[in-house]
Amino acid sequence: MTTAIAQEVPKPKYTKADFQSDQEVRWCPGCGDYAILSAAQQAFARLGVPREKFVMVSGIGCSSRFPYYVNTYGFHTIHGRAPAVATGVKMANPELQVWLITGDGDALSIGGNHLMHALRRNVGLKILLFNNRIYGLTKGQYSPTSEVGKVTKSTPYGSLDHPVNPISLALAAEATFVARTADIYIKHLEDLLARAAAHEGSVFIEILQNCVIFNDGAFKDVTDRVMRDDRQVQLEHGKPLIFGKGRDKGLRLKGLDLEVVEMGKDGVTEKDLLVHDEHCESQALAYLLSRVEAPLPIGVFRDINRPTFERRAYHQIDDSKKKYGNGDLDRLLKGGETWSVK
Amino acid sequence: MSTVETQAPKTPGVSRKVVDRVTVRFAGDSGDGVQLTGSQFTTTTAIAGNDLATVPDYPAEIRAPAGTLPGVSAYQIQFSSSEVHTAGDQPDVLVVFNPAALRVHINDLGPNGIVVIDTNQFDAGHLAKAGYEKNPLEDGSLNKYRVIKENLTEKTLLALKDLKDVSAKEKARCKNFFALGVAYWLFNRPLETTLKYISDKFKKDPDVCEANRMALKAGFSYCEMTDMFQAVAYEIPPAPTQPGLYRNISGNQALAMGLIAASVKSGRTLFYGAYPITPASDILHELSKLKNFGVVTFQAEDEIAALAATIGAAYAGSLGVTGTSGPGIALKAEAAGLAVMTELPVVIIDVQRGGPSTGLPTKTEQADLMQALYSRHGESPAVIIAPATPGENFDFAYEACRLAIKYMVPVYMLSDGYLANGAEPWKVPATADLKPIPVEFASNPENFLPYRRNPETLARPWAIPGTPGLEHRIGGIEKRETVGTVSYEPDNHERMVVIRAEKVARIAKEAPPLKIEGDQDAELLIVGWGSTYGAIRAGIELAHQKGLKVAHAHIRYLNPFPANTGEVIKKFKKVMCPEMNMGQLSLLLRGRFLVDIVPLNQVKGQPFKAREILAGIEAVLAGKPVVKPGQTKQGAEDVLEGG
Repeated sequence: MTTAIAQEVPKPKYTKADFQSDQEVRWCPGCGDYAILSAAQQAFARLGVPREKFVMVSGIGCSSRFPYYVNTYGFHTIHGRAPAVATGVKMANPELQVWLITGDGDALSIGGNHLMHALRRNVGLKILLFNNRIYGLTKGQYSPTSEVGKVTKSTPYGSLDHPVNPISLALAAEATFVARTADIYIKHLEDLLARAAAHEGSVFIEILQNCVIFNDGAFKDVTDRVMRDDRQVQLEHGKPLIFGKGRDKGLRLKGLDLEVVEMGKDGVTEKDLLVHDEHCESQALAYLLSRVEAPLPIGVFRDINRPTFERRAYHQIDDSKKKYGNGDLDRLLKGGETWSVK
Repeated sequence: MSTVETQAPKTPGVSRKVVDRVTVRFAGDSGDGVQLTGSQFTTTTAIAGNDLATVPDYPAEIRAPAGTLPGVSAYQIQFSSSEVHTAGDQPDVLVVFNPAALRVHINDLGPNGIVVIDTNQFDAGHLAKAGYEKNPLEDGSLNKYRVIKENLTEKTLLALKDLKDVSAKEKARCKNFFALGVAYWLFNRPLETTLKYISDKFKKDPDVCEANRMALKAGFSYCEMTDMFQAVAYEIPPAPTQPGLYRNISGNQALAMGLIAASVKSGRTLFYGAYPITPASDILHELSKLKNFGVVTFQAEDEIAALAATIGAAYAGSLGVTGTSGPGIALKAEAAGLAVMTELPVVIIDVQRGGPSTGLPTKTEQADLMQALYSRHGESPAVIIAPATPGENFDFAYEACRLAIKYMVPVYMLSDGYLANGAEPWKVPATADLKPIPVEFASNPENFLPYRRNPETLARPWAIPGTPGLEHRIGGIEKRETVGTVSYEPDNHERMVVIRAEKVARIAKEAPPLKIEGDQDAELLIVGWGSTYGAIRAGIELAHQKGLKVAHAHIRYLNPFPANTGEVIKKFKKVMCPEMNMGQLSLLLRGRFLVDIVPLNQVKGQPFKAREILAGIEAVLAGKPVVKPGQTKQGAEDVLEGG
């Protein structure tokens, strides 16, 4: 890091159009992915990061078609393995800004293992998980986030699996930035993406996404304009957990659980409510919030700092060079016990 | 690094039998330091100027109960005044440290062979653990051998009795070096290398250091002064070798250095992504230590992630390499297909071992050739090359990297457990002599297309993220020719399949012409690949002793084959292909060249013996059928089954 006053490199100025590729977008009309794409292109344009530094890495699924529509470097890999490929990309060049686009099947079924390890290593990957609670691309099988009893092509009598909670899972995997939003909250998503870009280390954002063909209305409860103020709670650091159309309900701790309370009833005031803290070292608070389904928490659950995998890896390399000098191939080959034959 | 100049010690009054070659096997309980003893003996022998080859025989368990048969660990070395190609069919001298080692290995010793026995553990308890009902030292069962028995532990304690600051337990541990001193005396080896090794290893503990040094010298002196050793004193003069600087090297060590050399010569950071698996883990260990070469090593969460991360790193401009064994290659197949489709420079190393499934992790085999060719679904050609000796691991690791970068193609390099752990003297190459590995990343946005190919190599450009103006997307879906966007068009798919195949086929010109060694006018050609090289050469030497003529062609480029391969194998009336599998190269050569190749197969988890090759040669020349797998039994198995 230079401390001399350097000529500031002017930040590039982009518009959303700069991040649109020439490919015709092929998602179904009405798919939630369009909104996410639009928000992302908008957000990327505003970051002031040179476009050549972006890399979109995706797995397999409707979500994973995303890179083709963004005019940056992109790698459409294989089912479930995007976190591993992306880790290699980031390790080869930590200066790149690596975005990982995945879905509930790709990341939580076949990719569950790789997701866990990427998060615990805290590799600087910005993971966007489009959760539509179904397998869309293969035309309608249930996914690891589908509800019990879901009737689908592969479960005509109803699915037997208990679903996994992506936020709880990410927290358990030691993720340093965990958030949830929905495809229609475009402004909120843009803000989250800006925070994601700034965060050093792994970012995990669950984006509730509507699959209009195979699972329409899965999140209606939370996204419907009429109902949603009562069905979700905004997470804001340092603010009490208040929700409701009239901001008349809240969440308060009861033992090791959270309960919904009505303000003004039984003497409950704002002071009784749980105040959200994004920066808790312990996951306990965030985990507790992740278990709440009604109202569904939206926003940033956790945002802490921990040294990244790539930074520590290169630190070791630099240390080694300082200690042993830059590698000398001739000396390496002649190492060990040698003898000459004349 | 040190260059130790040593001479064979003077042992006045001893008349030594001069022999051309000797095979020695050390065997003991796995906690007994057999590998250390063996490797010290090897280094000393190399420095004494003999050609040699070694093979360790590790137990499959990390630590079996002490004194039991599964816990026996062994190390074999063949050394000579002339060329050595294998670690020896059978030991001439067996050195055993406990009853279990004797039981497991004695049947491999030829009649009148020498067995040196440390009698310290030949008590009722240890004899029982080894399954002996009677004491073999007393019941006459060893009468057909020349037996040297001595309580080496007792002798060591005696030699060190005046050392006050070392415990009895520590002194007993020095018996390895005492035994090594004995071995050095038997073959007139200098002590200096091991004395220096001891000084380095124990420099933090001068008392233990002194004890071990004394033990080594004491073992040597003991033989000097004891009559029973005089009859087994040997001399094996140095072998003639090409002038140059030499070091002893194992296959895995050579491999790791080949990768570093490729990284240095190409100017690309080496990204080595791997998952621990026997017998490839040592490559990861070795490279992890070499961070001052800028190597990024990544112990992935599983085999698939190891290759996936390697592919990601190659995409972003690193030299991507992964290493594994058979089971890992199976897991990596899908990701390898992605590397084929995205045409990225990755090297996939397979250090083969006994299969199928978990198989025999510590035993060697070469049954992954078909897997390397066909494990990827679809028409998915990749390059396959294979070294023939431990030292060649260096050249072929380097070559794999060079080809991967030049042609933007995944390259498999097939080694095996025998090459990986076996060692031989290796002439250190001059780095200036290594073939250059030029790298030119795409940089000009004008006329850039991600799949616009180099007309000669058919390689696509290496356009890495971070380069302005070249933003593009790649992936596993079929590509439109040249443009590189997604395409499902029927004609385009067929074209692309053909282009990918053609790119690999053109690599045949990188392969030196297949050489015919041995008797050019022979009736019989032996064609082989991988580690059978040594056994084949040794077998041919035996054939020559019987006046038989044999030619030998060893294939190192397995896909594509060298351009003259068909011509070579069609030149001979009879062709035999020894393989440690059920006939994979045989099948490929037959299918490709329509030649009636006789497969000579064995799948025992052991390298071929020279005499097995000889038996095959004799059978084929006489028009008789060769021995098939399942038709012979091998010694150790009888013992372990309680036979």
